[in-house]
Amino acid sequence: MNLVTIRAAGIGKNFNRRTVLKDITFSLSSGESLAVTGKNGSGKSTLIKVLAGLLSPTKGKVEYELSGAAVDLDGLRPTIGLVSPYLQLYDEFTALENLLILLRIRNNSTPAPADIEKIFRTYGLWERRDDVVRTFSSGMKQRLKYIVALAHAPSIVMLDEPTANLDEDGCRVVHDTVQSLQTDTLTIIATNDEREASWCKKRIHVGV
Amino acid sequence: MNTWKSIYAIVTKDVQSELRTRYALNALLMFVLTTVSIILFALRGDQPSSTVLAGMFWVVVFFSAMSGLSRAFVSEEERGTALTLQLVAIPSSVYFGKLLFNVLLTLSLVLGVTIVYTVAFPGFTIQSLDVFLVTVVLGSLGLASAATIIAAIIAKANTRGTLYPVLSFPILIILLMSVMNATAKALDGERFGEAAVDFLVLISYVMVITAGSYLLFDYVWKD
Repeated sequence: MNLVTIRAAGIGKNFNRRTVLKDITFSLSSGESLAVTGKNGSGKSTLIKVLAGLLSPTKGKVEYELSGAAVDLDGLRPTIGLVSPYLQLYDEFTALENLLILLRIRNNSTPAPADIEKIFRTYGLWERRDDVVRTFSSGMKQRLKYIVALAHAPSIVMLDEPTANLDEDGCRVVHDTVQSLQTDTLTIIATNDEREASWCKKRIHVGV
Repeated sequence: MNTWKSIYAIVTKDVQSELRTRYALNALLMFVLTTVSIILFALRGDQPSSTVLAGMFWVVVFFSAMSGLSRAFVSEEERGTALTLQLVAIPSSVYFGKLLFNVLLTLSLVLGVTIVYTVAFPGFTIQSLDVFLVTVVLGSLGLASAATIIAAIIAKANTRGTLYPVLSFPILIILLMSVMNATAKALDGERFGEAAVDFLVLISYVMVITAGSYLLFDYVWKD
């Protein structure tokens, strides 16, 4: 597992005249976890998008380091795993196809069949792996997002509303996953749930 | 090397997706059949000149392409998968993947329109096959390269349906004039050298649009 560091320096984000994020500064390395908390509309998801390179900040910058060397986001892309309500999967493909397609596009090597079976079983979708995603419930889609985000053993894991749409069993699996990630992965969780925020060692509150 | 693998994965994904959903294929097929039927009713058995036939050929290809090629990006935006693609792929991989998919789609469209025209219009006889083949290949490349970047731009807009042909027409007019000229020459049986100027215009067009699109795409794709 590569040592990764994210440094956010004075990040601000405006949408037209509305300021969503203002002067967010922190540094986080592998093995550390950060909870991003705040009310609805406070900019938690926006911050996750900025950190994942899906949005450009209006002010400030995000710097990434991989094994001590500065890298741009494109160099880091294969090592990011993101679970979020705004990331959708391809409805016309099966669960297994979604995983393999996105791994190929991301240039990740395909995991061994046994590893694929293990992660599908962990998230309770092994029996449904050959069903098209169109037939999945929202909770099953959320489980599949975890499989897609974690199958390539990412060094950076970002979870936006990690237990959204999940039942009790799903929440337990996510909790176990986060606990197992904490030893060598950089983990960021955006949530307004106190229980989920308590999974992380550090915390930042957003809201202008 | 890795970029090529990523581009190949995006093209494969789009081809498989299109074969399953038939978003673009159905739109293209219905448009070709409808427009050719209307032209046949309007002509009432008259035999138009090769210049008119070449013009009508590219009118059908242009408007059919406008109804189908935008799907490359619009479907990603509508289904919410654009952000997923943004997360997993670098912008250049996405651009060239979508471009190659649109080239394949345009070539299939041109092949289909050629078959329909050959059957429907007895005057549509290709006398110079080499001129025709080079014209349709360069025309398809030009059409696909312009359509791809315009699709990426309009996918972010609310008024996608109307914006696409409106934005495309001024950008494609040079291409359309050259391909119509070259196609008329292919129908008239002129030699390869006589269409050389049109081919040079088409090659320049493809290079300029593709290079410009590549440079612009990063800004269009993010945010």
